Amino acid sequence: MRQVSVSVNGVRHELLLEPRELLVYVLRERLGLTGTNVGCDTSSCGACTVLLDGESVKSCTVLGVQADGSEITTIEGLAVNGTLHAVQEAFHEHHALQCGYCTPGFVMATVSLLAENPDPTEEEIRHGLEGNLCRCTGYVNIVRAVRAAAGTPA
Amino acid sequence: MIPAPFDYEVAGSVEEAVELLGAREDAKLLAGGHSLLPLMKLRFARPAVLVDIGRLEELRYVRDAGDRLAIGALSRHRDLQTDPLLQEHCPIVSYTAGLVGDPQVRHRGTIGGSVAHGDPASDLPTVLVTLDAELVVRGPGGERTVPAGEFFRGVFETALGPQDVLAEIRVPKLGESGWSYVKFNRRAQDWATVAVAAVVNGGARIALTSMGPTPVRARTAEEAFAAGGAEAAAAVADEGSDPPSDTAATADYRRHLARVLTRRAIEEAVSRR
Amino acid sequence: MATITEVEIGRVVGTSVKRKEDLKLLTGRAQYVDDIQVPGMLWMEVVRSPYAHARIGAIDLSAATKAPGVIAAFSGADLADDWQASLPTAWVPTEDTNHPNHRPLAVDKSRFVGEGIAVVVAETREQAKDAAELVAVDYEPLKPVVDAQRALEEGAPLVHEEFGTNRCYTWKLSAGEVDRLFAEAPVTVTERYRQQRLIPNALEPRGCIAQPSPATGEFTLVSSTQVPHVARTTLALVTGIPEARLRVVAPDVGGGFGSKLNVYAEEALVLDLARRLGRPIKWIEERSEGYLATIHGRDMAQEIELAATEEGRITAVRARLTVNMGAWLQLVTAGTPLLGAWLYCGAYDLEGYELECTGVFTTTMSTDAYRGAGRPEATYAIERAVDALARKLGMDRVEIRRLNFLSEFPATIVSGLQVDSGDFEAHLNRALEMLDYEALRREQSSRRERGDPRQLGIGFSTYLEMCGLAPSRILGAIRYGAGGWDAAQVRIMPTGTAQVIIGTSPHGQGHVTTFSQIAADGLGLAVEEVEVLHGDTAVAPLGMDTYGSRSLAVGGVAVWHACERVVEKARQIAAHKLGAAAGDLEYEAGTFTASDGGTVTVKEAAFAAWTAHDLPEGMEPGLESTCVYDPPNFSWPSGTHIAVVEVDTETGAVDLARYVAVDDVGRVINPEIVEGQVQGGIAQGAAQALWEEAVHDEDGNLLTGSMVSYLVPSAVELPSFEIDRTETPSPTNPLGVKGVGETGTIASTAAVMNAVIDALEPFGITEIDMPASPERVWRAIQEAKR
Repeated sequence: MRQVSVSVNGVRHELLLEPRELLVYVLRERLGLTGTNVGCDTSSCGACTVLLDGESVKSCTVLGVQADGSEITTIEGLAVNGTLHAVQEAFHEHHALQCGYCTPGFVMATVSLLAENPDPTEEEIRHGLEGNLCRCTGYVNIVRAVRAAAGTPA
Repeated sequence: MIPAPFDYEVAGSVEEAVELLGAREDAKLLAGGHSLLPLMKLRFARPAVLVDIGRLEELRYVRDAGDRLAIGALSRHRDLQTDPLLQEHCPIVSYTAGLVGDPQVRHRGTIGGSVAHGDPASDLPTVLVTLDAELVVRGPGGERTVPAGEFFRGVFETALGPQDVLAEIRVPKLGESGWSYVKFNRRAQDWATVAVAAVVNGGARIALTSMGPTPVRARTAEEAFAAGGAEAAAAVADEGSDPPSDTAATADYRRHLARVLTRRAIEEAVSRR
Repeated sequence: MATITEVEIGRVVGTSVKRKEDLKLLTGRAQYVDDIQVPGMLWMEVVRSPYAHARIGAIDLSAATKAPGVIAAFSGADLADDWQASLPTAWVPTEDTNHPNHRPLAVDKSRFVGEGIAVVVAETREQAKDAAELVAVDYEPLKPVVDAQRALEEGAPLVHEEFGTNRCYTWKLSAGEVDRLFAEAPVTVTERYRQQRLIPNALEPRGCIAQPSPATGEFTLVSSTQVPHVARTTLALVTGIPEARLRVVAPDVGGGFGSKLNVYAEEALVLDLARRLGRPIKWIEERSEGYLATIHGRDMAQEIELAATEEGRITAVRARLTVNMGAWLQLVTAGTPLLGAWLYCGAYDLEGYELECTGVFTTTMSTDAYRGAGRPEATYAIERAVDALARKLGMDRVEIRRLNFLSEFPATIVSGLQVDSGDFEAHLNRALEMLDYEALRREQSSRRERGDPRQLGIGFSTYLEMCGLAPSRILGAIRYGAGGWDAAQVRIMPTGTAQVIIGTSPHGQGHVTTFSQIAADGLGLAVEEVEVLHGDTAVAPLGMDTYGSRSLAVGGVAVWHACERVVEKARQIAAHKLGAAAGDLEYEAGTFTASDGGTVTVKEAAFAAWTAHDLPEGMEPGLESTCVYDPPNFSWPSGTHIAVVEVDTETGAVDLARYVAVDDVGRVINPEIVEGQVQGGIAQGAAQALWEEAVHDEDGNLLTGSMVSYLVPSAVELPSFEIDRTETPSPTNPLGVKGVGETGTIASTAAVMNAVIDALEPFGITEIDMPASPERVWRAIQEAKR
């Protein structure tokens, strides 16, 4: 077991972790932040995407112990005082989610994408989300939502 | 999805990592984890101990070293993609780093981890072979430099010994040379079915991804280019390769792709001179 | 007096109300099954067979049992006596169907890679997984059989020895003088197509938790399922738990696409282990585990023949299907191809129809209903064959379709069913307009002329779909094991908000929003005043669940009728209070007005019904009604889908460049939700055409065993689809609605493949197996050049 200190959504946690615990399970099962989902076991689907020190990562491919000293933002930490983040709002406005399972991952990947490229083209959006799979939407409305969130309405 | 149990050590320096690797059987180096952890999650890899060097900021840099650029092995793909020095002097590396995996993978995965893993479907190793890059390895016997062309030995096999740490990668400044990396895959996040790297400056240097157990330097094609240009090079691009057959493609089709993509890569490289 | 329907519908119905479901999903507050922890919960891990076909010898559980945290471990034989019935099969298509007894864990043989052999139960997920590795099983490998046609050959290994054959059933349908029509036809085409095996890939893997109440004998099963009601009934039969003591909850469910329209071994196992051990048991599937043990889709060899006149008028169709059903009959395995069995005539007016379908056992995971279920296969065959006929006759793909369209409705199609409505010219014309067909054909010609390495292809699919699974009488006639009705209960609470309790079980479709809109119009309330409850058999005991594009066309209509009944009762109360005759009251948007100007609202009526102080003589208190609706016909959407592809003839790579879809799904409750359904469906159908395929090796190992090698497309591979609608309201139901959940998938596979073949016409290529991978396209070009 190893002592790990992480800040999640602005709250510091001191945790005693088994090295094999994946960050996604630390978030879900140790901290009860179940908004981050597990959709595959091969780092393919991106449902588990969170921000690690501000950048999108697949939390199924990070050990909890590797996150020691990091700041993590999960989907639960995005809305401030009940006000949805612009990306969440755009997903709602443009019907960019159906079953919702991939949604937290897409939202977090989008937040990271827009931080790096505030005004992406449609092609840049599609490539920026290439690490996330959605089975419900066909991506059309996700792309629309991202454009809207970037301030360039579809 | 749950790795088999293992022990975990954090190395505070390269020297400490070398020491820790020697202290236990079945120790594995952990950098970004994006080659190793997927295997461990499926229990295809079950190391006894992981030695984490992921936080060694001293190995995360791109520096000007005269006619070369020195890249710290723990530079992440995203670092390489956005690095101004690389973009100016060796854009094939930053461009290709931007094709590795997907954004999340590029935020965590490192060039050192990708190279040390020795996966013949990886993009950056092929580029390093094309560039005649030098790989700086630190091990129990001190530091040594291995040419990229001698580094890759087989599928998941490299010149690294069990206690070696890949510390730095040196790539040439390309100057006026034209370059290209053409990657063919079914989905953006997939490994290359086949990819071709080309650097052209008078002559051509060409290497292939997913065309054998290691990145394949297409020497015959390079010679053919000198004599007859892109079409001539393309026609013999697969010579000396030994492509696999799998669910992505048969060996025959990979050979064909290597030929088509070599022509395209050379044409693009020439257009960039 | 106008009916409520005529007056009221369209106030909220027909507008794109933003989804009520979204907030929890967008903020990480949803509750999927893996988000649920129950005190005292144990974890189940299933030990799965690595052999497609093997006799099971000794199973040594001792090391696993001694591992840290392990509570118990059981083999199939240990649990064999716990099962009161086979895992359920809802559709046994013929009298003589071979129907094996399917136990949750194998006992004698393993019949596919991934079949459950033993279970381990431990305190944590990690411990259960670690211990499962310690279970030692002696297998005696037998010869597997992976391909359906090979399985029918003499001497093929038998999946179920007791039947002496791998044939499960042969089902036939014929109408008209097919032999004569073919004999007299001046033109015929015969085509052979392969529907490759697919993996549904709902983004949320399956999972379930069984919670016992040892003191009362009650059990709650929380499961990621599309069918909580079907699961309750059938799992009661399998486990012997009395149905009235079994509660099934479908919490938030992360997609289904048919893969969760099933009742699985693991659901029975967690219930049984909860009963044996007296503690809650949880099982969560891993993705690559799900690839082995959650149903697959399609896997069918098709032969289709068309008879036609020289002018291109199709007179008859003959189709023969050989379906790989896998090892066991899951819930709808056998019937899935038959859901398309009436549609091999497509949207066309034919005189003769003959279909023969043979289901075959193989040593693979079962196939079952995957989005569209039987109808994408049918649409694919007829739409591809119509193109083949056009090619043979040198006709334009559009003109041949126009010539053969059904044009007057209601229309009885040659296979015998009645299509209630449609206007095929309307959606075809609209789609052509959006596409700019003539300009594209010109571009195609010029590329052909100059031998451009990037060739253009245009592909059509003018489909007709039957969905909205119902009516019960017909389902009974085709030997389906359950009814096709659905239920809704509508109740106005004393304080004026409404509860709508539905029997359908959404998992992404937006029922909460759509049904709120229906009830808001139906009751004269605001959308926000309607609460829709679902997915828990304790809350919504009556229902037939969600599949086959049935929820709106059946369940939505039930909601509407229940609202009508509530308003009718409110009218009686209002009349009583106003001292007027009920028939004299004017009604608008929730308010009854008497001729003297006095008003009573539905909300006031609800309060009066609750206090019951002064109700009309003999009236029961409370303002609520339940409707169990059994529709008189199926639902009949139709549409025109057009795909435009660019084929890189050097590499064989196909780029889906454009996609135009115009669908007629009747009246639309929420246009944005409908468009979302169509978009997602198109993506899945296009994925079958270009990317996805479950590949087994000869030993029955799944080579595409994870999301790395099974190619679910990402945003990069797909274009933004161009979508519009035409509207012919269904006369079958008062809402005028038709199903929409499967249209995209049903239409798009054929459109994309017709486009690929069209692009390759200069090479003389007429067929490529799906998916049209770059390598397959390249090989076809190489062979054509020879």
